[in-house]
Amino acid sequence: MPDETTENKVTEVSDVPEATDVPESTVEALDTVERSDTEAAKAAEHVLAAVEPTVGVSKPDPILVVDDVQRRFGGMTAVDVDHLEVQRGVITALIGPNGAGKTTFFNLLTGFDKPNQGSWAFEGKPLGGVSAAKVARNGMVRTFQLTKALSRLTVLQNMLLAAMGNPGENLFGSLVKPLWAGTEKKNTEKALEILARFKLDAKKDDFAGSLSGGQRKLLEMARALMTDPTMIMLDEPMAGVNPALVQSLLHHIQALRDDGMTVLFVEHDMHAVRHISDWVVVMAEGKIVAEGPPKSVMQDQAVVDAYLGAHHDTDLGDDSLLDPAVLARLEAEEEKR
Amino acid sequence: MELSRILTQALAELIAPTTAAIALAAIGLNLHFGFTGLLNMGQAGFMLLGAYGFGIATISGAPFWLALLISLAAGALFALILGAPTLQLRGDYLAIVTISAAEIIRMLGRATVFQEYTGGAAGLTGGSFKSTFQELSFLPAPPERGAFGPLEYVFTGSDSWWTRLFAWAVVLIAVVFVWLLTRSPWGRVLKGIREDEDAVRALGKNVFSYKMQALVLGGMCGSLAGMLYVLPRSVAPDAMGRSLTFFAWTVLLLGGAATLFGPVLGSMLFYAVYMLLRAGMREGLEGVVSATMVEQIGGLLVGVTLMLLVIFRPQGILGNKKELAFDAR
Ligand SMILES: Nc1ncnc2c1ncn2[C@@H]1O[C@H](COP(=O)(O)OP(=O)(O)OP(=O)(O)O)[C@@H](O)[C@H]1O
Ligand SMILES: [Mg+2]
Repeated sequence: MPDETTENKVTEVSDVPEATDVPESTVEALDTVERSDTEAAKAAEHVLAAVEPTVGVSKPDPILVVDDVQRRFGGMTAVDVDHLEVQRGVITALIGPNGAGKTTFFNLLTGFDKPNQGSWAFEGKPLGGVSAAKVARNGMVRTFQLTKALSRLTVLQNMLLAAMGNPGENLFGSLVKPLWAGTEKKNTEKALEILARFKLDAKKDDFAGSLSGGQRKLLEMARALMTDPTMIMLDEPMAGVNPALVQSLLHHIQALRDDGMTVLFVEHDMHAVRHISDWVVVMAEGKIVAEGPPKSVMQDQAVVDAYLGAHHDTDLGDDSLLDPAVLARLEAEEEKR
Repeated sequence: MELSRILTQALAELIAPTTAAIALAAIGLNLHFGFTGLLNMGQAGFMLLGAYGFGIATISGAPFWLALLISLAAGALFALILGAPTLQLRGDYLAIVTISAAEIIRMLGRATVFQEYTGGAAGLTGGSFKSTFQELSFLPAPPERGAFGPLEYVFTGSDSWWTRLFAWAVVLIAVVFVWLLTRSPWGRVLKGIREDEDAVRALGKNVFSYKMQALVLGGMCGSLAGMLYVLPRSVAPDAMGRSLTFFAWTVLLLGGAATLFGPVLGSMLFYAVYMLLRAGMREGLEGVVSATMVEQIGGLLVGVTLMLLVIFRPQGILGNKKELAFDAR
C-alpha cells in the first residue's frame, strides 16, 4: 500500500498537458478552453439554432421530456416544472441561484425522490415511479452535489463496481471465478483508461476516502462513465476542482457530447456554462424561468433578475461579475432601492 | 498444579464446540455488519431458531441432513421476514426489529402453548435430538476415549472429539464460502452498500436485493451456529438470549469486522481469556467471592471489553486501522 494515502493535494496539476502556465483562476483557465469545433459540436449548435428560446419549447429530438412535475416540502414548492425537453446529444446546462430546486429536480428525475405530481419520459419510456437503480440501468446516470465516494473501497474498486452486467455480481455466479474473471479484466482495462483521462490513474490503489474533495468529484464522474450512460447528469461537477483541472474537465465533458452522449449539468460558474453548453435552462424558485443558447440567455431579463435582483441590465456572462468590487457595487445599488 | 489446570481449561476452550459455534455466528454477523453494514442485534434469535429447527425436526424423525437443512431454512425464513419491511428503511430499524424479534422467538420457545414441540422453559433435552448426529460419527464408539496433549475426550458423544471435528469443519466451510463471496464482484457490491447505498443505487444496483441476500446468508450462518451450539448441550431458550448476541458481537469486534479470520480468531481468544479469567478468579479469590459471583463478574467484564473495544480499537485485532480512519459516519 502506498504510504502517501493521507496526502491530500492534487499533484496532477503539472501533468495537464495544455497548461504550460498553470492558470491562477478559473477565468484564466476558461479563456484557454476552446469550444470544441468537432462535427458533434457544430451539429448541436446548428440544430439548436433553429429552436425558439422560450420556456418549454419543444426540441427536434428530445431524449428527456418532463411534464408538469411538482415537488412540495411542507408548504414550500421546491420544484414546479410545466414542460421541459432535453435535446439528445447536446450539452444542456441547468443553472439557477441557490435553493432554486436544481438538485431536487435531479433527485426526482433519477428516482431518488418522489414528486407530488407529474410525469417524465426518457427515450420515450415513462420513468415516473421507477426505482433509482432501474433509472440508472436505463442509461440515465447521475452524480451527486455532495460527493459519494465509497471511502473504504479503492479508487479502482469504485470504478469496477460501476460497470454494468458483471456476472460475478450474481450471488451464485460470484462463487465461480472463471465466470467473471474475463469481464473483470476487460472492466479493469476500461477503468484504467477512464481514470487516466481524469488523472486519477496514479491513485488507483488508494482508498477513495483518502482523496481530496476535488479528486472525489472527478472519481464520481469517472465512475458514472463506467456505466456507459446514454445521458449523464452532473450536479456541480466543477465545484472544488482546481482551475487547471476544470479546464481539462470541460474538455472531457465536451468529448462526451462528441462521443454521442447527452449531458445535463448543474453549474454555478457562468463562464464554464457559457463556454461549453449548447443550451441553458434557468431555474428560479422551482420554476423554469428561461431557456436558450448560452449567449442570449444570460442577457435575459428574467435570468438577471433571478440572480441579481430586479432592474440590472448586466450580462451574467460578463467577466466583470467576477470582480468583487463590481459585485459589491451591484449589491449596494440593490440595497438602495 | 493449579496453574496448569487453569491453562489446560483455557486451552480446551480454544477448540471447544461452543467456540466454533460462536465463531460461525460471528461469521454471519460479519456478512451483515462487516461487509454490508447491516446491524443485526438479534443473532441469538437466529441461533435459537436454528437449534429448534434441528431439534424438533430430529425428534419428529427427520434424518440428520434433512434436520440440518430445516435448521438453515429456519434462519433464511427469519431473515426474509425481518428484512422485508426494514431493509428499505434506515439502518437503525433493522437493529430494533432484530433485537425484539429475537426476544419474541425466545418467549415463544418458553411459552406453554408450544410446549409439546419446544419443551417450554425447560427446552429440549440433549438426549432427545443428538442420536442422528452421533450415529454419523466415523470415530470409535463410546466409551472409547482419546487424548491429544493434555486434552482428553470421548471419541463419540456429546462433549466429544466428533462434535469438535464436525463443528470446526463447518466453520472451515463457512470461512471458505465467505472468502469466495467477498473476493468477488458480489462482495464488492456489498462493501459499496456498506459505504453509501445511494451511490450504489445511482450505479444501477438493486440495493434491497443485495442487502436481503446478505441478511439471509448471515442469518443462515446464525441458525447453523445455533445447531452447533446445542450439539454438546440441550436446547434451552433462556441460555440463548441477548447475552449470546453480545458475545457474538464482542467476538466479531475483537477479531476484526470485515476480515476473513477475525471471527474465528476473536472467538478463540474470547473464550480462552474468558475461561482464564473465571477459572483464575475461582482459584485466586476462593472464599472471597462465590461461584455465582464469578460468573456475574465475568459477564460484566465482557460488557466492559465490548465498550473498550469499540472506543479504543474499533478495527479489532486483524482489522486495518487506516480503513477505519475515514469512516465519517
Ligand atoms: N429534503 C428536503 N426537505 C425540505 N426542504 C428541502 C429538502 N430538499 C430540498 N429542500 C428545499 O428545496 C429547495 C431547493 O433545494 P435544492 O437543493 O434543490 O436547491 P439547488 O437549486 O440545488 O441549490 P444549490 O445551488 O444551492 O445546490 C431549497 O429551498 C431547500 O431548502
Ligand atoms: Mg444543488
